[in-house]
Amino acid sequence: MAVEGKTIDALSQFELSPVLGIFGDAVSFSQSNLFMVIAVALTWYLMKATADRGALVPGRLQALGESAYGFIAGMVRDQVGDEGKKYFPFVFSIFMFVLFGNLLGMLPYAFTYTSHIVVTLTLAVVVWVAVTVIAIQRHGMHFFSYFFPEGAPVWLAPIIIPVEVISYLSRMVSLSVRLFANMVAGHVMLKVFATFVVLLGGLGAVGPFVAAMPLAVNVALVGFEFLVAFLQAYVFAILTSIYLHDAVHLH
Amino acid sequence: MDERDGFEDRLRQARAREGLDRRPDGHGQLPQGPWGIGLRAGVEVVSALVVGIGLGFLLDRWLGTWPWLFLVFFVLGSVAGVLNVYRLFNPRSRPGVK
Repeated sequence: MAVEGKTIDALSQFELSPVLGIFGDAVSFSQSNLFMVIAVALTWYLMKATADRGALVPGRLQALGESAYGFIAGMVRDQVGDEGKKYFPFVFSIFMFVLFGNLLGMLPYAFTYTSHIVVTLTLAVVVWVAVTVIAIQRHGMHFFSYFFPEGAPVWLAPIIIPVEVISYLSRMVSLSVRLFANMVAGHVMLKVFATFVVLLGGLGAVGPFVAAMPLAVNVALVGFEFLVAFLQAYVFAILTSIYLHDAVHLH
Repeated sequence: MDERDGFEDRLRQARAREGLDRRPDGHGQLPQGPWGIGLRAGVEVVSALVVGIGLGFLLDRWLGTWPWLFLVFFVLGSVAGVLNVYRLFNPRSRPGVK
């Protein structure tokens, strides 16, 4: 798929196509949806394996689940404070969904659903709406004072309020674009260098030796992509908790 | 002796973790490297611009005032972008500091 007529085709990996035969055709069930279901199933299985056994000395799966739980629980507690505990399930679900999306995408033949702006924007909109609803619930009409800082001169209000509103709306865009751009850039780079390996490998006698260079780059890139997969899930979760902090302690 | 000192330490850590004591700041930071900050600043500026331009464009289409609201919201979007970057370094409120 990568090399067709000796050209570099780095973007076809993001194309959607129906899976599961006639059922997929009927309801447009694409491989993106399939991997979302897989991610949710894996998260569910991991949490179930963690909670079911509850051994004092955890096994491997339980240790994995407990460290993921502790990681996000600590993050929410540090960022939001003790009132944030009840929002932990929300942040944890978002984190696991993004993390599994990024990590499943690193498997060969897998599809990275976080590389589609629709998916990341939907996640970001869910976070944004949830944060806004929580803020209005906790502070009522006082929430709207967020858009006009205390002490600013009143005649500046026509400038400050639209700017603050745009800044607040831009959270959605920045949250989604960051994850989307990171995943797309990484996977395009992987594909481009993998294509170089194939193209240079066909250059006769010297081919295999020259092709070793992009291959080495690709090995490094795979490691880097695993880092990015964790880091972006972490950034998404920590920004969610920072926004939750703003909603809980309105200033 | 050593064991008892260690116990006091662990007790303090556990109390801090469960929110029984005031906890020190600085846990769970965003990536602080030059690349992390730089990319974040870029994304913040671009996303504020996108929202500003998009809002202006939609309002113009609705009200038929092309291109005036677009121009106004372009400027407002740029200001919001600069504000976002300013907030990146001087957050409105820090966790732990009320």
